[in-house]
Amino acid sequence: MADDLKAQARRHNAQTPRERRPEDWPTRRDFLIRLGTTAALAAGAGFLWRALHDPTGERGKPKVPTLRLKNYSLTPAPGAKTLGIAHGENHDAMLRMAIGAIGGIEHFIQKGDVVLIKPNVAFDRSPKLGATTNPEVLAALIRLVRAAGAAEVRVADNPIESPESCFAKTGIADAARSAGAKLYLPAPSSFEMLEVPGAKLIARWPFFYAPFRGVDKVIGIAPVKDHNLCHASMTTKNWYGLLGGRRNQFHQDIHNIVADLALMMKPTFVILDGSRVLMKSGPTGGDLSDVAPGRTLVAATDQIAADAFGFSQLLGRSGDLPQYLINARDRGLGNPDWRSVAWQEEQVG
Amino acid sequence: MSCGRNCDCGKPKIRDANAAFDLLNRLKSETGSVPVPAKPQSVCRAGNAPWWMRLFRITRIRVIAQAFFFVLFLFFCFTTWFSRMKGYPVSLILEVDPLVAVATAISTHTVYRHLIWSLWLLVPTLLLGRWFCNWMCPYGTLHQFTSWLFNTRRNIDKLAINRYRSIFQLKYIILIIFLVLAGFGALQIGLLDPICLMYRTMATTVEPATDLTVDKTVQALEAHGLNAGWVRPIAHAPGAPQQRIFYAAWFIGAMIMALVGMNLIIPRFFCRVLCPLGAFLGWLSRFSLWRIDRDLTRCTDCNLCLAHCEGASDPQAALRKSECFVCFNCIDDCPEDALAFRFLPVTHQLPAPERAVISQIPATEVGWPDLNRRRWILAIFTGVLAYPFLRLSAAVNPRAFNKKVIRPPGSVAEPEFLERCIKCDQCINVCPTNVLQPAKLEHAGLEGWWTPVMDMTIGFCQLNCTLCSEVCPTGAIQKISIEKKLGLGQFAPDGPIRLGTAFFNQGRCLPWAMETPCVVCEEVCPVSPKAIGTYDVQIKRWDGTVVTLNRPYMRPELCIGCGICQHECPVIDDPAVYVTAVGESRSKDRSLLLRSRQI
Repeated sequence: MADDLKAQARRHNAQTPRERRPEDWPTRRDFLIRLGTTAALAAGAGFLWRALHDPTGERGKPKVPTLRLKNYSLTPAPGAKTLGIAHGENHDAMLRMAIGAIGGIEHFIQKGDVVLIKPNVAFDRSPKLGATTNPEVLAALIRLVRAAGAAEVRVADNPIESPESCFAKTGIADAARSAGAKLYLPAPSSFEMLEVPGAKLIARWPFFYAPFRGVDKVIGIAPVKDHNLCHASMTTKNWYGLLGGRRNQFHQDIHNIVADLALMMKPTFVILDGSRVLMKSGPTGGDLSDVAPGRTLVAATDQIAADAFGFSQLLGRSGDLPQYLINARDRGLGNPDWRSVAWQEEQVG
Repeated sequence: MSCGRNCDCGKPKIRDANAAFDLLNRLKSETGSVPVPAKPQSVCRAGNAPWWMRLFRITRIRVIAQAFFFVLFLFFCFTTWFSRMKGYPVSLILEVDPLVAVATAISTHTVYRHLIWSLWLLVPTLLLGRWFCNWMCPYGTLHQFTSWLFNTRRNIDKLAINRYRSIFQLKYIILIIFLVLAGFGALQIGLLDPICLMYRTMATTVEPATDLTVDKTVQALEAHGLNAGWVRPIAHAPGAPQQRIFYAAWFIGAMIMALVGMNLIIPRFFCRVLCPLGAFLGWLSRFSLWRIDRDLTRCTDCNLCLAHCEGASDPQAALRKSECFVCFNCIDDCPEDALAFRFLPVTHQLPAPERAVISQIPATEVGWPDLNRRRWILAIFTGVLAYPFLRLSAAVNPRAFNKKVIRPPGSVAEPEFLERCIKCDQCINVCPTNVLQPAKLEHAGLEGWWTPVMDMTIGFCQLNCTLCSEVCPTGAIQKISIEKKLGLGQFAPDGPIRLGTAFFNQGRCLPWAMETPCVVCEEVCPVSPKAIGTYDVQIKRWDGTVVTLNRPYMRPELCIGCGICQHECPVIDDPAVYVTAVGESRSKDRSLLLRSRQI
């Protein structure tokens, strides 16, 4: 059957003259369709050339959009102190007292605010080891912020070790969830390029930005820890946990980076969590004998003053202040001479 | 749709059953070799069955079972992660794999923890045959599904492609080689065991690919201001700040694509030709009490039973018991209702006084696998020879072991490790830091290919984590507690588990060689007291400025080899502090110090 058809076709071709006969010409419709298709393809190629042409190769490189952080600090309430220092065991009462001294929670948190709280969750350790923020203090803070009318409370950190285990084993995850806060763990897409005008080292740096979308207020809550290289890790160094990228380079100029962090983040206020103090083997700790009971919580609108207080009063260091506090003072980011700022200290409960 | 004879039996039959029948008979009559059986009367017995029997046909129940086990498998892969385990038996499907239990029993003379459950799987196998392959095995389901999806053959070609081929005996040869090797203490079943293979593929390729897709989707949605909260929970590694990466993932990915692709050439190629577990179960199926039986007084030799035969087990002739997957498709497809699943059916033709025998093929059963004695000898010899070839590789010899073969915490000493590890890579899947990697050939030769090794440049061993030891089905990584890992409490006399020892490369270290402050390594060292100390010196740099350098050094008796120093070292391409396997506590042969710290 098929062979017959082929043979027929061969015979037909042999008999047909090679010149085109008029009846073989395309119709006017065919002619216009073919002409139109060719013209459209040519025009499309020209358009693509205009759209894609990159003579130097620069257009093809990725453009990274940059973002800036808001200034989350507020003008101080009349008569408010810069440091509020509470000693005791009852975290709720201590927080109320300390925050009361710097203006009261109602001054800082308005109804409907979205509040981000940044604890230190750097390591996968039990909270008793003092390497991370005390979850009980964090829970007390979240309750206080929610009671002041915050619509949403977020808790975020980018730990050194695996984030899920860090949040779980430090007790931060449970404390935050049970107090009614939302957790933000980092994912590859959570980071954006942050621009910090005037920073010496992090003028442009990848930043854990996802939890900051739509945030009105930012509160830092950091433990007091020994640190070999920068001597002490407290509220200012705590912001390090929001950076991404190659942050292991910062140790090459640790004092400028911590001062840069004070420039980068202007928090609503900070809490220095001195309920436990990691006296040595910091910032990781790992042994209960490294930890001393501090029985102190400090609320501050000046993170540099809070860190200076923690360094001398909680870590009990008598020598020179860490260089980063001096650098921060020189750059007008805070006052490390904590005795010269307005402060209020009380024994609570 | 009906079976083709205008009845309402509901069987999803070959649509042109009568046409195929006619075609076959025409072919037979043309060749003249086979006498043409009379076309039977169109009496469809299934049409008389009650509606519920037609609705709940056994093949439909089988599909439901396959879907269930496939979803269960995906669920276990999904829950193999810190925040999702919650006590789920995530390695269960490995633990019921009888080949894992039998091969490790041969290599270690013991059966570890939950592997004993696999005995239960043998009971239905001895009763019903190789049912596992077409009812439970998720890898079988994958191959059945893709074979169905890509099988665009005409019906007449389906009958041809599902005939038994002699290449199918290869799987028995593979099985024998693996079992002989296991006898010598080299466990290699994991290379091709379908459950190990599928877990490994999920861990190193499918799951990271899912995560990549999820992350890109979240990014795209958020860029357009859309809610992305619902996408994130699909990720397999939530809370991982970086995309997980794996050594030579491309090869494992290429392997599954090739094996799935082979289904276009031979449907269920892997199951029929390569699967050592299928071979093992097939060999056991020789003893099964039930099997597909062909009624010679009804069978017209039309061969339509081959159209959807999964195992290519010759149901149209003498059924090969060891090849039959008990899928029941042939029973569904038979237009004469000549096939049935029978208890202890007769194996030879009996005189049937009331009905004449129609079929021209008198035999109904082939029990043993199609492997003659010389092939057995060939397989055993290959296994015997393969053992020295594997073990004489320097990589697995204690005199020349690779310094990069750092095993996860709780691992038994290397020779015992190679007796146990099935390369399922569950430990690699559960590892929260991505430190565990499937070994490349350079690490431990073919014998240790895809076994877990730690790459501290990619991740690090998290101090308070023992997840890998919890998911290991075979005890290559023994189940340990945090106390045992850290050498606390009753384990204090043994000290902590050491994975290796960290060393400094002073020529690349910033404070040692480049007048630049650093000591990230000291900061992150998780043991207390720290295993990294510093010599603090003040120097005048080349430009005249004075800097304080904390030059790190190692306190080897404190180092546990966790590698977080290497991971955090800013000299990222070839870290200035790095961990090697020497000093690992699982083996005295590889110790470094005469005395290690014992708290």
